[in-house]
Amino acid sequence: MIPQDWALLVSALLFTIGVVGVLVRRNAIVIFMSVELMLNAGNLAFVSFARALNSLDGQVIVFFVMAVAAAEVAVGLAIIVNLFRLRDSVFVDEINLLKG
Amino acid sequence: MPLWIIPALPLAAVVVNLLLGDRLGKKGTAWLACGAVFVAFLGSARAVLHLASLPESGRVVIQTAYTWMRVGDFSVDVGFLLDPLSSVMILVVTGVGFLIHVYSTGYMAHDPSFRRFFLYLNLFMFAMLTLVLANNFLLMFVGWEGVGLCSYLLIGFWTERPSAAEAGKKAFIVNRIGDFGFLLGVLTLFTAAGDLRFDTLFAAAPLVFPAGGIVITTATLLLFLGATGKSAQIPLYTWLPDAMEGPTPVSALIHAATMVTAGVYMVARFHVLFDLAPVSLETVAVIGAATALFAATIGIAQNDIKRVLAYSTVSQLGYMFMACGVGAYTAGVFHLMTHAFFKALLFLGAGSVIHALSNEQDLRKMGGLAGRLPWTHGVMLVATLAIAGIPPFAGFFSKDEILSSAFAAGDRVVWLVGLIGAVLTAFYMFRLYLLAFRGPSRLTHEAEHHLHESPPSMIAPLVVLAVLSVVGGLVGPPMIEGGHPFARWLAPVFGGERAHAHHLPESTEWMLIVVSVVAALAGIAVAFQLYLRTPGAATRLREQWSGVHRALLNKYWIDELYERLAVRPIYHLSLWFWRFWDRVIVDGMVNGVGYTLEGASALLRMFQTGFVGTYALFFTLGVAALLFHLLRHHP
Amino acid sequence: MVPALFVGFSALLLVSALLVVLHRNPVTSALFLVVAFCALAGIYILMHAEFIGMVQIIVYAGAIMVLFLFVIMYLNLGADPERGAAIVMRRLVGWLAGAIVVAQAVLLLAGRWAIGPAGPPLDPSVGNTQALGVLLYSKFLFPFEITSLVLLVAMVGAIVISKGRGGKPNSSPDPSPEATFMGAGDARVSPMLRPGDSITPAASIAPAGEESP
Repeated sequence: MIPQDWALLVSALLFTIGVVGVLVRRNAIVIFMSVELMLNAGNLAFVSFARALNSLDGQVIVFFVMAVAAAEVAVGLAIIVNLFRLRDSVFVDEINLLKG
Repeated sequence: MPLWIIPALPLAAVVVNLLLGDRLGKKGTAWLACGAVFVAFLGSARAVLHLASLPESGRVVIQTAYTWMRVGDFSVDVGFLLDPLSSVMILVVTGVGFLIHVYSTGYMAHDPSFRRFFLYLNLFMFAMLTLVLANNFLLMFVGWEGVGLCSYLLIGFWTERPSAAEAGKKAFIVNRIGDFGFLLGVLTLFTAAGDLRFDTLFAAAPLVFPAGGIVITTATLLLFLGATGKSAQIPLYTWLPDAMEGPTPVSALIHAATMVTAGVYMVARFHVLFDLAPVSLETVAVIGAATALFAATIGIAQNDIKRVLAYSTVSQLGYMFMACGVGAYTAGVFHLMTHAFFKALLFLGAGSVIHALSNEQDLRKMGGLAGRLPWTHGVMLVATLAIAGIPPFAGFFSKDEILSSAFAAGDRVVWLVGLIGAVLTAFYMFRLYLLAFRGPSRLTHEAEHHLHESPPSMIAPLVVLAVLSVVGGLVGPPMIEGGHPFARWLAPVFGGERAHAHHLPESTEWMLIVVSVVAALAGIAVAFQLYLRTPGAATRLREQWSGVHRALLNKYWIDELYERLAVRPIYHLSLWFWRFWDRVIVDGMVNGVGYTLEGASALLRMFQTGFVGTYALFFTLGVAALLFHLLRHHP
Repeated sequence: MVPALFVGFSALLLVSALLVVLHRNPVTSALFLVVAFCALAGIYILMHAEFIGMVQIIVYAGAIMVLFLFVIMYLNLGADPERGAAIVMRRLVGWLAGAIVVAQAVLLLAGRWAIGPAGPPLDPSVGNTQALGVLLYSKFLFPFEITSLVLLVAMVGAIVISKGRGGKPNSSPDPSPEATFMGAGDARVSPMLRPGDSITPAASIAPAGEESP
């Protein structure tokens, strides 16, 4: 049996790595990949709780999260492609058109 | 009959005029305005008749229209009081007012702002009627302020004339100073007595205020300051001569017959309070007498026909205050009434002359009009005789009563001053008459060419007023046992006066009458001598006494003195307020708010960098904060 | 055995995740992400979530990462040039923030906490897939159907957004099937984004935004 604490710890660490990736990297696609990491960290937490509670609801939620993540990736990459066409760059610190 | 209808009628006419005026046309406006005042007159007559039907001891009608305000214990109503005193006032105001309205339809017939004129005129009637019918200080003050406002509007009626605008401003501002005094007086009374209603206050006054006490003296003096402003006495009279810039019917109505009498009415109305403060009464008498003489001296040197009449008004008002000051309130009100008749007549007649001569107002350019303007001449002669105090015209009875009351009260100085003033009055009024109507014609070619008698709409009211000037005094013949009819009518109001009055032996009375008549005739004789019999005599006299004449012509340079002492310092103070307080401080604060906001928003704008990374960082910090919060409260 | 496997898979997961974030080359990052996903799938299987594990491989590693790689190749991205002091500052702040978050998470986990009462044990005869399927079509039917709608919308959105301005070179000027699909060719769908618009309607927001900063 996997102790639940371990799984949650892994999930937290994975999440944090995703956060760092979002904050540190300049490349929009890599940032997006870090977001995927964060999502997966959440999935891991859900599955581990589902295991601990003997319920399948957590896994169902993971299922939906994956579906939505897929949709999100599709649209997000379309946006990034469009941005690249406009600005010829995928580096987020070169794009500040929404400056207030 | 509800009393509120009387002031409400002109007010309704104002509203209709405002809303529909353009569609009514000149004729419609004239009918509306005159009609409203006429119906108000009928209403007043009806109310007075009803009053007369009441027994003498209970000759008071008090009606409350509605409660104006109520705060805790304090409440003030819109309430009306009709007693013999206010009955005289409403009849005079509506009656003479109606005649002047009719006259104005002729006089202002060619004026483009015809509608606006009657709007203001009716508004004035409303304010004046409110003033005289009010049963408490606050409502009276509303009327008081209202007549001041209308005076300003009507003096500056011809807006294209800068002198008229200046005169209007002067009238309003000088009045305001008086109103300040009035208001302080009211507040003093309220603080001391806690009541603003006349009937209850006057009943309680002898108990609340010790006779001659400092509080009542101060209050009445302050009230009298208001009266000097409204009724053009020393020191606040300077606005009245300038007010002649307004159209002549305005001068007749407001500055002769009604508004300026508000001060006299006020003193008469509050006689209970004044009787409790002998110092104030003495002040009233002294100022009245001084003003009477002072203004008369200025009047003998003026060349503008309306200016002469203006100073005459100031002088005659002095007489009224003189009467009140010696306790002869009835005499004062009597003179108020007769003066309304003949002074309105004089102004309207002067207006007729001015109209006939194509707006010429200088006496030096008139002359010989007696035959050429028969009607105008006739009524003006009647009025001049009346004001000079020649029996049996109205002015004689009232003026004589004032003088004999002063004599009887022991105030010989006041009597003497009044007598000298009577001589001067007769003199300058006949000077005016002779210069305008007699002697060789000094008309300009223009005036000569267009000379014409006034239309019936202007002549008819003049005739009515002339009749009143003849018979108006007959209600008050002297030396009648128990008082003449007018005095008996007013007795319920001034009841205590009878105990106050000293009765003179009949022989003294006769002697006083003879003295006044002789004085008047003397003045007339001198005038005839100087201006008719010996041509050039007046000019020679003027050159001999040129210094004195210059002082009189320049009104003793009082206006210039006021300008130097008061107007200019205040103007510079205002300028300082504007330059420093308004522009720097107030604008600085207001603009400062704007700048501060701008600065703050510039600061806040720095958060919107447009970089996704910055926003993500803030997200993360937010999450960290949340987790921190969770950690802290984790058991 | 299972704990050891778990530790191994987790280590692989965390290391490859870290390398995703650290590598300069986006292609390398993507490939390491694939490794991470596979490790995660392994963990799922260890937790008896077999279906989820398979779906993880099929969808995430198989479809999503392929899409990522496709886009990276399409955009012809090279390694990220990292330069400038600002970048260092940013990296410091980022790592710091991450450190704070992980410290807090660890502290939270270390504290006292508990989950609710466990439900009845699962029937071992029913497979994970079967059990999930039953649940999906009964209790979670509505979200299930909605998810299909979400996917549809995403598909349409991706097409609409990436159409770009002026249409593709090999499409006819007449409304193409995609353009008229669901009224997408009728260009008044939304005030912000129309077919053929880039995501920043340059004309209205940033008139001077055409030149790159």
